[in-house]
Amino acid sequence: MIPVLIFISLVTFALAHAVPGGPFDREKPLPAEIKANLNRYYGLDQPLWKQYTDWMGLTRNPSGEFAGVLQFKFGPSYSSRSRTVNDIFRAHLPVSAQLGFVALCIAVGMGVPLGIIAALKQNTFWDYFSMAIAIFGVSVPNIVLGPIFILVFALTLGWFPVAGWGTPAQMVMPAFALGLNSSALIARLTRASMLQVIREDYIRTARAKGLSERIVIIRHALKNAFIPVATILGPMFAALLTGTFVVEQIFAIPGMGKYFITSITNRDYPVVMGTTLLYAVFLVIANLVVDITYAYLDPRIHYE
Amino acid sequence: MTRQEAAARRLLGRELGAEREQKVTNLWADALRRMARNRAAILGLVIIIALVLMAVFADQIAPYDYREGDSNDNYMVPTWLVRIMPGNMGAYAQVGNKFLFGADYLGRDLFSRVIYGTRVSLPVGFVGAMTALIIGLVYGCISGYYGGKIDDIMMRIVDIVYAFPTMLLIILLMAFFKTSFGGANVPGTAAYTFNQINHVVDRFLGLEGGGMLFIFMGIGITAWMGIARLARGQILSLKEKEFILASRMIGASDIRIITRHILPNIIGPILVAVTLSIPGYISTEVFLSFIGLGVDPPTPSWGAMISEGARAIRSYPNQVLLPALMLAITMFAFNFLGDGLRDALDPRMRGTS
Repeated sequence: MIPVLIFISLVTFALAHAVPGGPFDREKPLPAEIKANLNRYYGLDQPLWKQYTDWMGLTRNPSGEFAGVLQFKFGPSYSSRSRTVNDIFRAHLPVSAQLGFVALCIAVGMGVPLGIIAALKQNTFWDYFSMAIAIFGVSVPNIVLGPIFILVFALTLGWFPVAGWGTPAQMVMPAFALGLNSSALIARLTRASMLQVIREDYIRTARAKGLSERIVIIRHALKNAFIPVATILGPMFAALLTGTFVVEQIFAIPGMGKYFITSITNRDYPVVMGTTLLYAVFLVIANLVVDITYAYLDPRIHYE
Repeated sequence: MTRQEAAARRLLGRELGAEREQKVTNLWADALRRMARNRAAILGLVIIIALVLMAVFADQIAPYDYREGDSNDNYMVPTWLVRIMPGNMGAYAQVGNKFLFGADYLGRDLFSRVIYGTRVSLPVGFVGAMTALIIGLVYGCISGYYGGKIDDIMMRIVDIVYAFPTMLLIILLMAFFKTSFGGANVPGTAAYTFNQINHVVDRFLGLEGGGMLFIFMGIGITAWMGIARLARGQILSLKEKEFILASRMIGASDIRIITRHILPNIIGPILVAVTLSIPGYISTEVFLSFIGLGVDPPTPSWGAMISEGARAIRSYPNQVLLPALMLAITMFAFNFLGDGLRDALDPRMRGTS
């Protein structure tokens, strides 16, 4: 886990700095002296390895202190001068996280029941209905869903506000646009694994000893059917996080997405590197949680 | 090798070969039969063929140029659209029947641009799939077949790259490719070579100055890992089987065992996985073009068109609807085909993803 994060920090640093041009190149060039001063102030005149260790917080930066990722300081933002990357995270990350979390809830909360219904009532209307929703959700990307939601539910029906963030009503459309795709994937996966599980011997045993159908399905079948679903929750979480970039743009939500993209074109290295590293940490943690959930769901799995 | 051994080997080889070939034709013929009965899959296939034809003959089909428009036609809306669209478009929009689906903010025909858009999306899907298939298969085969230390190291690498947020990696790569390769004009450098290849690719696809190679590279670099894992997993369970042991006993080389005995057995699931991943590559490109890191304007990517249209969504909903609809249809087609392929090749897997 730690080597992975070190590797990611190295690659991100290398890629961000490999892009030609510096953060202070403008169409109207700054006077050479000012540019040199700016570069010195931000430590951009240092050799690259030194810039990396400064950023990581392993060596003293030009101001003579250890202030880097290890100290949870992600550095200054070059393009919005008055704010540090930490300030930007504090202001915009909660918005993205909120959006991603609500979308994840929708994905699981809608996908799992749809999958269970489809499996229990295999080859009936409910099965076809759920799977039609699922194939729709898998095929229509959020980039298409967003504008369609706006057109139908905001401009035509007027149920929800067109854009913005803050009130629950403003959350509904972006969260659904983001989460529908994942919920469709979960629904298909749940259905498939549920179909496999309910044919197992232990389900027959559970029924034979007279347990109620609800207990059989929830306690015995669902717990096992959920294992393959848990596997994809990690990558899904990552997809939702980056999916916020598009959805935020469509619905004018002040999240991290817009910042990340503009900071690439502005060569705002600290924002680019900080965001990538932070998302990588989220992803690694999400996968760890999935592994732990695994062990809980399937007692046969043990970790050293 | 004694004469008996040679004879036995010839005999066994022929028998094994014959049996295998018969089984394979059966499997594929069965699959084809099942597939032909699946109406959704056939529909998907028909749509994909239509899209491919659209891309190839875009010059003939498209009524207008995709690059330049007449600024007098900005945002023109056809009469029939004004009638069915909600709102009071007729009150403010410039209505005219010059274009079938109207014109965009630069007076370019939307319909023509959507048609040329197939030249971006389809190659991205197919090239992504081919890269994933070739690199993933070779990587997975080596890792799974040789096992041990090699396997440990190769899979460790995949694990590490897998932990990277894929989309962010692609975004960073695209920014790097576009700025350092895109403008390179000093002969002899690697960047210059890439830029020249890029021009050749663009000319081949009929989209001058699109920068398609960089998108192929960005997607290809991250596409193969899933397939590599899948291939490795399949091989691990397969290589302990008796028929592999048997062919090793009669002295078949590793290459022969992999290509003649292992590949035919694992190619089904891998083909299904690759087909089902095509919509992912297409939406990745759409996403990149949406945020402005995909193809360069004026190349008509659906993603760029959706992004332009979304800005005018209140006044001109048709701008965003047409490319969005095309994208959705394409995704449906590939998903239908992939699902059908999976059901046909492995009926037990019906309904899984």
